[in-house]
Amino acid sequence: MGNPNKAKAEKGLMRWVDDRFPATQMVQDHLTKYYAPRNFNFWYFFGSLALLVLVNQILTGVWLTMSYNPSAEGAFASVEYIMRDVEWGWLIRYMHSTGASAFFVVIYLHMFRGLLYGSYKAPRELVWIFGMAIYLLLMAEAFMGYLLPWGQMSYWGAQVIISLFATIPFIGPDLAQWIRGDFLISGITLNRFFALHVVALPIVILALVVLHLIALHEVGSNNPDGIDIKAKKDETGKPLDGIPFHPYYTVKDIVGVAVFLFVFAVVIFYFPEGGGYFLERPNFEPANPMVTPDHIAPVWYFTPFYAILRAITFNIGPLQAEFLGVLFMGGAIAILFVLPWLDRSPVRSMRYKGWMSKVMLTLFAISFVVLGILGAIPATGLRTAVAQLCTAIYFAFFLLMPIYTRLEKTKPVPERVTG
Amino acid sequence: MKKQLIALLFALVPFAAMAAPLPDMPHSMTPDLSDTASLQRGKQLYVNYCMVCHSLEHHRFARSAADLGIPQDLVEENLIFSSELAFNDQMHIAMQPGDSENWFGVAPPDLTLFSRLRGADYIYSYLLGFYRDPSQPLGVNNTVLEASAMPNVLEPLQGVQEMVCSESDRPLPGAELDPLTGKYQSCEVLQITRPGSMEPDEFEEAMYDLTNFLVYVGEPSKLQAQALAPKVLIFIFIFGVIAYLLKREYWRDIR
Repeated sequence: MGNPNKAKAEKGLMRWVDDRFPATQMVQDHLTKYYAPRNFNFWYFFGSLALLVLVNQILTGVWLTMSYNPSAEGAFASVEYIMRDVEWGWLIRYMHSTGASAFFVVIYLHMFRGLLYGSYKAPRELVWIFGMAIYLLLMAEAFMGYLLPWGQMSYWGAQVIISLFATIPFIGPDLAQWIRGDFLISGITLNRFFALHVVALPIVILALVVLHLIALHEVGSNNPDGIDIKAKKDETGKPLDGIPFHPYYTVKDIVGVAVFLFVFAVVIFYFPEGGGYFLERPNFEPANPMVTPDHIAPVWYFTPFYAILRAITFNIGPLQAEFLGVLFMGGAIAILFVLPWLDRSPVRSMRYKGWMSKVMLTLFAISFVVLGILGAIPATGLRTAVAQLCTAIYFAFFLLMPIYTRLEKTKPVPERVTG
Repeated sequence: MKKQLIALLFALVPFAAMAAPLPDMPHSMTPDLSDTASLQRGKQLYVNYCMVCHSLEHHRFARSAADLGIPQDLVEENLIFSSELAFNDQMHIAMQPGDSENWFGVAPPDLTLFSRLRGADYIYSYLLGFYRDPSQPLGVNNTVLEASAMPNVLEPLQGVQEMVCSESDRPLPGAELDPLTGKYQSCEVLQITRPGSMEPDEFEEAMYDLTNFLVYVGEPSKLQAQALAPKVLIFIFIFGVIAYLLKREYWRDIR
């Protein structure tokens, strides 16, 4: 019965299950006999934390759905009903709203780790691309979720983002109307965003997370040295620098989980509004299509891209600035997808790359943070100029990468992992 | 790893530095949700003076009664004036938005979440900022909200407040120092010209209570959060310590 090489439990219930389903096999493949490099550092906590936040979002989301009313008339009041009348509703809602921001904190750090140690380079291109797809869908998920409380910023934030589609030549206005399902954002838009937010997107995101992990476990985890640990194995075929993910990284990740949960809980209990960045003040007023807020700012995790959008204030040939801004904003995200083919360095990790890569990554990270700040505050002449400079650096990091990664002198990579 | 943690914390500084933009207000107050007596007085003031026009659509009588320790019979006898409202109902008003818009030009806003929308200082300063102004339709104006459509319903308590020119040895808000007299001069000084039933200090305290109550109403779960937080944080901390010891034990084998 079955493949004799497959791992099976010795006896009892697990044996019975294993004859019918590869349970033991899967646990071994992904945990107890999945060999991960032994030199993971601080930056390697964020993958498992992203998974934790995903579970948090799904569980709290399910319970929110039980009391939420996705209609223009009832949405705002139902959120306050959850906050006040549903048992533990306030905690569930704050876990969800804070979780959304935590998700992006964790994901941005996780992606930065990838940039730092070249985790996107061959053979991990698909791991990176699946990850980027998750990130893209996560942005859609967060954007649609933000409409659901039906506050002023929900409404006008969505108005701004959807109107971006309207700038596309020829099809734009019709496309925007198709997305809204109405001539302006209305209960119809709210209902379809609700459906996408709670059903369609989570399913696709979950599927992509599975693909991300399968691809990762197929090629094996990268490490801060960017060395292939499978190149050096002992006589039994185990990588010399590898340790089983379980128990070593499960116990280590649990420590990371505890630290994360501590910070997460402090925010939930004491600063659920995140200083006006997790929950924006105008959102404590119900959506009013007749009154535009003074200053419309997207939630913080979108602000870098919003700043890029606003930085494009000039026309190029027949292309209008508005549409160019959308193109640059889309390009800023799209270019991440092709990153594995832009990096021509013979080494993976920043530890062994040359000074040009280090300078460019530092400038890139600073630009990203500065863009994030600029996108949250009203634009002025000087700020727009700074945003333009940061946008240029953002794109230069990627577009010049094939040149500087080939030109620079790299350091020799050690045979075995270091510390 | 420590170095990286510190670097990360520093990277977050610019975000903390650009705290949510709220305009400066002439008066500021620090809400104190643990001061139950203040919240009770605030609720009493709210129901007696504000609730004719301003509903608390999302807040139930019963909720604040429970949170602030007011017995049900006391609430039903003294704080619920409408025969259509019950103890478990939200704090609705009888005034129709269409009517109030006709009378005042704008429907008085629901105040359940107003403290979260504008901040406590705004409410506190607004309540203290009414002054007589014959040029306005209702004869009053407000320093916080120019040409506010709200009549000064608190005038019997506060007395008549007027905007006058005044000089003082101490710095006045918005006043300029006169180099000749060495005194601060301003023509935007609010002064009580006819006393009300409360002393000025007493009135400020009453407005503090009222603002405090509205801060509470904005987020009643804050009381629960503050009670629960230490327990959760201590639990996570102990869990973290045990998890760390477990990790150290396992990792003894490596290297």
